[in-house]
Amino acid sequence: MTTTPSAQVIPSPRDPYARRKTTRGNYELYSWVFMRASGVLLIVLIFGHLFVNLMVGEGVHRIDFAFVGGKWTSPFWQVWDLLMLWLAMFHGTNGVRTIINDYASRDLTRGILKTLLYLAFVITVALGTLVIFTFEPCPANADPALLASICFE
Amino acid sequence: MTAVAENTRADAGTQTDDAPGAVASFEVTLKIRRYNPESEHGENVIWDEFTVQAHGTDRVLDALHKIKWEQDGSLTFRRSCAHGICGSDAMRINGRNRLACKTLLKDVNPDKPITVEPIKGLPVVKDLVVDMEPFFASYREIMPFLITSGNEPSRERIQSQADRDRFDDTTKCILCAACTSSCPVFWTDGQYFGPAAIVNAHRFIFDSRDEGAQQRLEILNDKEGVWRCRTTFNCTEACPRGIQVTKAIQEVKRAMITRAF
Ligand code: HEM
Ligand code: FES
Repeated sequence: MTTTPSAQVIPSPRDPYARRKTTRGNYELYSWVFMRASGVLLIVLIFGHLFVNLMVGEGVHRIDFAFVGGKWTSPFWQVWDLLMLWLAMFHGTNGVRTIINDYASRDLTRGILKTLLYLAFVITVALGTLVIFTFEPCPANADPALLASICFE
Repeated sequence: MTAVAENTRADAGTQTDDAPGAVASFEVTLKIRRYNPESEHGENVIWDEFTVQAHGTDRVLDALHKIKWEQDGSLTFRRSCAHGICGSDAMRINGRNRLACKTLLKDVNPDKPITVEPIKGLPVVKDLVVDMEPFFASYREIMPFLITSGNEPSRERIQSQADRDRFDDTTKCILCAACTSSCPVFWTDGQYFGPAAIVNAHRFIFDSRDEGAQQRLEILNDKEGVWRCRTTFNCTEACPRGIQVTKAIQEVKRAMITRAF
């Protein structure tokens, strides 16, 4: 379809408008379904998270080091927060990938923005996952007044 | 659905003509985006204003004709049928894609200058004329013709009324490009197939007589296919035929999902 510009041939002004190549496949289909499925799960996870942290008992005034440390000793909240982190990150990153494709038109601009995006994704997911599983709720030599009750059992 | 009134002035153009039964006339100014690489302005775009005498029953196309015939013969635009059927004169009028031949002046507030621009996202050739080739290339890609197998029947291919109704809406397309060139995703890089190609694929995918649905779904299951649609509804609003364009795109998406799972 498109003519390859050589030294003699003046590139057709229409070239940038022709579809450059076919990019068929199920990738965008699965990504579209994932946005909806993860969105539904995120409603439950995010609002459950907000409810437990901000509304139950004394609500927001309860949140301190001990509260967070206590929560992450429970496998239930570890899995909850891990799911929330991973789904939000995949969902958000994929959403921003869409936005980059929709707003940046040059391949180079797209490439740079997406590289930064994926870098931010990897750093956030790796750090978050690490913290959820290696969080030390009862550090040695800490002020006992700041620690969760489970540290004294 | 079509031609939505921006201001419903019952008194549009009552300035003159007191004679009973006479069609009132008024002055209207058109602000037109001009581009002619061979003019003294070169590659620069300029805005030209023309004021013409128009009737209350006139359309934007009539005003453009008057300008071209009486004031500036170099003004360039496409039109053929002048009755909303050939799809030649889609243009951006007061910021929205419409057919000049179906848009009454009184519906686009003739009190202020009416802006007229070429449709966006396609290369402008001259003034209001754009190069439609990329648009038609996408249209050709979805194979807009009946695909069947076996012997030709010796009579018509019979279809029930319900089967016909399934795709009735998308048969109305006149390929004017108002939808595709109203889509912000198409504006970005022109790689997206665009609503019009999907509408015309829909017309065959949901036709009980056609056997090429799988191939068409395959073609549109592309990075630049239906999945680039962000459901902004610009296309549905722009369609001069009142086709539920966004709905048709969603139906094609659904067909792809049920096929994949
Ligand atoms: C409350 C639960 C959530 C639901 C139900 C939800 C739902 C959705 C859906 C259905 C889309 C796809 C839109 C489209 O394809 O046109 C989307 C896009 C997006 N979401 Fe979410 N989402 C949720 C939470 C989040 C969170 C926590 C983030 C950030 C980490 C996020 C960031 C994005 C972004 C950046 C997009 C792309 C915007 C676009 O395509 O227009 N969402 N969301
Ligand atoms: S001139 Fe034919 S559609 Fe307007």
